[in-house]
Amino acid sequence: MLNAPITSRSNALPDIRPGANPRELRCTGEWLLRSAARIDVRIDTCLSVMPLPTGGEMLIDAQAVTALDTSGAWLLHRTKCDLEQGGYTVRFTGLRPEFEALLRLISARTSPAVTAPLPEPGMLAHIGGKTWQSLHGAFGLLSFLGASSIALMRALFHPRRIRWKSILYNLQTAGVAALPITGLLAFLLGIVIAYQGAEQLSRVGANIYIADLVGLSMVRELSPLITAIIIAGRSGSAYAAQIGTMKVTEEVDALRTIGIAPIDLLVLPKVIALVIALPLLTVYTDIMGILGGMVMARAQLDVGYSTFIDRLDDAVSLTSFLIGIGKAPVFAMIIALVGCYQGFQVNGSAESVGRQTTKSVVQAIFLVILADALFSIAFSWLDI
Amino acid sequence: MSADTVIEITGLNTRFGDAVVHRDVNLAVLRGEIFALVGGSGCGKSTMLREIIMLQQPVSGSIRVFGGEVVGLSDEQALPFRRRWGVMFERGALFSSLTVMENVSMVIREHTDLDPVLADEIAVLKIALTGLPADAGRKRPSELSGGMRKRAALARALALDPELLLLDEPTAGLDPLSAVGIDELVRNLRDALGLTIMMVTHDLDLLWRVADRVAVLGEGRILGVGTMQELSLSEDATIREYFHGPRGRGAMEQAWNRK
Repeated sequence: MLNAPITSRSNALPDIRPGANPRELRCTGEWLLRSAARIDVRIDTCLSVMPLPTGGEMLIDAQAVTALDTSGAWLLHRTKCDLEQGGYTVRFTGLRPEFEALLRLISARTSPAVTAPLPEPGMLAHIGGKTWQSLHGAFGLLSFLGASSIALMRALFHPRRIRWKSILYNLQTAGVAALPITGLLAFLLGIVIAYQGAEQLSRVGANIYIADLVGLSMVRELSPLITAIIIAGRSGSAYAAQIGTMKVTEEVDALRTIGIAPIDLLVLPKVIALVIALPLLTVYTDIMGILGGMVMARAQLDVGYSTFIDRLDDAVSLTSFLIGIGKAPVFAMIIALVGCYQGFQVNGSAESVGRQTTKSVVQAIFLVILADALFSIAFSWLDI
Repeated sequence: MSADTVIEITGLNTRFGDAVVHRDVNLAVLRGEIFALVGGSGCGKSTMLREIIMLQQPVSGSIRVFGGEVVGLSDEQALPFRRRWGVMFERGALFSSLTVMENVSMVIREHTDLDPVLADEIAVLKIALTGLPADAGRKRPSELSGGMRKRAALARALALDPELLLLDEPTAGLDPLSAVGIDELVRNLRDALGLTIMMVTHDLDLLWRVADRVAVLGEGRILGVGTMQELSLSEDATIREYFHGPRGRGAMEQAWNRK
């Protein structure tokens, strides 16, 4: 028995060269795909040494061709076409009947000029295309926001149509399940801020202000932001991938034909659940972050827990706390809408699911930070 | 095993947990024939196909393809085999991020050192051979209809001029007209290229039209092997049910009328 089955064919090298008669080309050997590169070169050499100016009849003697597959047949056919373009009339002789049938099949199936690729767009067209794409994307996101708002309004007028079960499920996966990771990260962030602050504060003997530093920065800025960023990476991407895969498998179209608006079933529950979950998570990360700061304050600055909490009461006003919490629903809207929107932008391919999922996370984080900056500007104008 | 046997399966046993799929199955596919494997859903047809192409391992038994054992090979040892056969999956399994043309030319470039222009020419030829229109090469699989996708998948399976073509449900999910197109295509390819074709199918019309020999799989074993005429005269209850059910009879009458 053969160990290497690939050698079961013999190895007669294919060739083409001018024959004894100047109006004759002789083909020999096995014209198969694996030696196609060699045949290609041999054809070029052979045609380049041909006496060019003479038109008329040319014979291709293929009697000594011992094997032929579609690639070999294509090369024979192409040689014939090239010669015919040079003004010859070409005839094959000596082909085995089965090879002749194959050659006929090949020449019947090929139409000329199918190989030309589409022209590459120029630089300007490229810039224009990209610009148009970004504008189109921004407009698409805006109209998606509009469509979702309309759906939300409709749902509020018909509360019985709201899918509570789906909302509860999303609360569980995007909210409760995110508690460990958001808590841990907020705790560590509190430690880091307190550690950085401790050095500076102890130098001026203002140890007690560690509570102001940790409390204000966490509650007003960092805790809503870090929570939103984690949730964008955790849930926003999941939304995009879920809806994207459903689009690939035509489940979204199926929903439409059943008479369920995909936005009602796939988007609204996620938006509503996240708008509820993110503020709650932010309260939780506020607490965890301050706990981290407290632990660090006691270790580095000898500020005891009760002193810290006493000071916290004065340092962090209710307004500051509410400002922090108030940003969370806006961030939640951004994350859920961007994730779902990118999911709906998937078209057919597996690669596009990956691309839109990446986009959903990048865009969500970008927009969250942009919104945070806008909030800061607005609050400084309003002097809050 | 004679030189004219392309696939030889002996003593094949397959189990998933407690469920026995194949019990001591023996089967041989000869060079140049169109061999079909039929049977009810879940009888292990596709599993057998996957075992031949080394996507799955049987519990015991031997599968020899082109004279070499394929059970228990490493990926590296499997490569020479994989270059000599082409596989078409039930749902096409075209790479969705590539165009049809790239799907085909990628296989050629991976396994040969051809000049890119020539590789593309050969890819265009394969696409044309399967009867796809010339502009289909530029399209992505998601832009094609079901029938065109099957043809594109066939073009990819033919990319390396295989000696053996394995087709999983070549006509499933196609309209009758496209299915007839695939029938003719399969037969033409065999006649023109001298391929050996093994297919798994439910399509009785396809069986009557193109299959040289058919094996019926059921209850974990081969219930019968032979031409369609021979099988339609079989006494086995399952085979009778299969070929003499309402749909089977229709296909058979049509086939007889054509003769």
